[in-house]
Amino acid sequence: MSLILLAEQTLNGLQFGVMLFLMAAGLTLIFGVMGLINLAHGSLYMVGAFAAAGMAAATGSFMLALIASLVAAAIAGVLIEMTVIRRLYDRDHLDQVLATFALILIFSEGTRWVFGSFPLFLDKPSFLSGTVTLPFNVEYSVYRLSLIVVGILVAIGLFWMIAKTRIGIRIRAGENDREMIGALGVDISRLYTMVFALGAALAGLAGALIGAIQSVQVGMGEPVLILAFVVIVIGGIGSIKGALIGAILVGLTDTLGRFLLPQAFALILEPSQATSVGSSLASMSIYILMAGILLFRPKGLLGGA
Amino acid sequence: MKKETLLNAVLIALFVGVALAAWIMDEPYLITLATKAAIFAIAGVGLNFALGFGGLVSFGHAVFFGLGGYAMGILAFHAQTYTPILEWPFAINGTRSMPVIWCVAIVVSAVVAVGIGALSLRTNGVYFIMITLAFAQMFYYFAISWPTYGGEDGLSIYVRNEFPGLNTMDPIQYFAICFTLLLLVLFFVHRAAHSSFGLLLRAARQNEERVQAVGHTPFRLYLTAFVISGAITGLAGALFADLNRFVSPTLLSWHTSGEIMIFVILGGVGRVFGPVAGAALFILLEYVLGGLSEFWQIYLGAILLGVVLFARGGLYGLIAGREVAHD
Repeated sequence: MSLILLAEQTLNGLQFGVMLFLMAAGLTLIFGVMGLINLAHGSLYMVGAFAAAGMAAATGSFMLALIASLVAAAIAGVLIEMTVIRRLYDRDHLDQVLATFALILIFSEGTRWVFGSFPLFLDKPSFLSGTVTLPFNVEYSVYRLSLIVVGILVAIGLFWMIAKTRIGIRIRAGENDREMIGALGVDISRLYTMVFALGAALAGLAGALIGAIQSVQVGMGEPVLILAFVVIVIGGIGSIKGALIGAILVGLTDTLGRFLLPQAFALILEPSQATSVGSSLASMSIYILMAGILLFRPKGLLGGA
Repeated sequence: MKKETLLNAVLIALFVGVALAAWIMDEPYLITLATKAAIFAIAGVGLNFALGFGGLVSFGHAVFFGLGGYAMGILAFHAQTYTPILEWPFAINGTRSMPVIWCVAIVVSAVVAVGIGALSLRTNGVYFIMITLAFAQMFYYFAISWPTYGGEDGLSIYVRNEFPGLNTMDPIQYFAICFTLLLLVLFFVHRAAHSSFGLLLRAARQNEERVQAVGHTPFRLYLTAFVISGAITGLAGALFADLNRFVSPTLLSWHTSGEIMIFVILGGVGRVFGPVAGAALFILLEYVLGGLSEFWQIYLGAILLGVVLFARGGLYGLIAGREVAHD
């Protein structure tokens, strides 16, 4: 096992982690501010990817495709917030899970109806194709590297927004005491719609960015959604910093687990058995990580006591 | 209360009526649908025991459904290929006997439920929902990547397993088996819900501190409920696998967990017969809407959304009125 390969896999894990963060940040904000479990977040991811693929096919511009993904997902988010989600804030989690599960059915089948079952393809932009040589002779894909950069920039932007801007102050106040900020004259329902749209736009962006490395198809949001839930549960629901730590942890565990575990088992088992045992364990690894963390910290790493 | 009893009777009569009518008209497909509804009802009744009576929102009951399914798959696979499951330290052979398979499914599900329950019950609220989901995903990915029993492709069993004195390949006879089991499960759950344990469990859901103050441990009540709930759903999984003569990781997927939850909600949370109505309605919708359009799940989603938003308490809440405090 060469160190260069290991470095490359670590970067892949980091890239996966920052993309998960884009999903998880929205989920955790929505939960923190509105107390809502939104299973339909994966559908917004899918909407973003389809909008980007459609726009790229029409105009050929990757930048326009990214903008389309942000706008489409935000609009879809505002629409479902105003029609459905808004009625769920005061309900218990069971109703929220069911209603957003119903939204997934509608979104997935609706998309299948419009676009068909065949996957669409979104090409990487030409100026980001190819590889770049990093220090220590590590060859790495420019596109994946730029995903890491975009993810980090978004994370910085979010932290800045939450810490320094007026809307960030309102979001934090909303997490602490919604009645009070309502009484102080902040339009709560507009704030909620805005937070939901922000989360949706981030999910849509993630969908478009990932859509260029994987295929764009119905149901693409669901595996990511579950991983994003794992991330926010590990990090502590409602905490953006927790979501970032959780995302990186899950990204690295998943990617490095798939890479290292089969090799580790090869030291003690026969090759064919080692591959099957190693890969089964690797695909379970993040769930084991989550269960382990919850056992010691039932509210996640950065969750309130 | 009166209305609810009446609705229960209508529901049971409906099941028997549809199956018998289909049998007389020689429509095996309809009998299979009724059987599927009965099996889903058992799964729903199982989940309802934890969710409705104990307030434990488990989003991972697919684990038990899948374990039951794989218990059947693995036992029948070894019987079919004449290979032992285990040679060391003692030999275990496969079997084609349904009662044995059911017992194994129930015991395995119960044992796993003890483990998952004991760990998950350390958390509550959203964390409980998510950790049960995580356990289900763990089993799902394990089933996908473990090649011995078919991995992602699943496992086919050529002949339905045997039940003494009956021809299980005859749809109406298999329906009779599943329906009888459903009735037994309903009877058991009804008795359990009205036992001192059932009352304590509901009391704990409403006010943990008070139950603690009178000297009971909520954790133990919840865990018992979770284990019973998992065992019942495991039985349903074994029956479902035998109905299709096929098991695959799909049984363990989170969609399955969601669907079992839908049976409970459509029917009415916390009513003994609620999931029976929910499962029957689900199968009916699937049948009717599936005939209308290839994209029937859109309509299913819309109906589900309508139920959650506007008809709280599901079918039972709609027809028999909201649950009264004492029943």
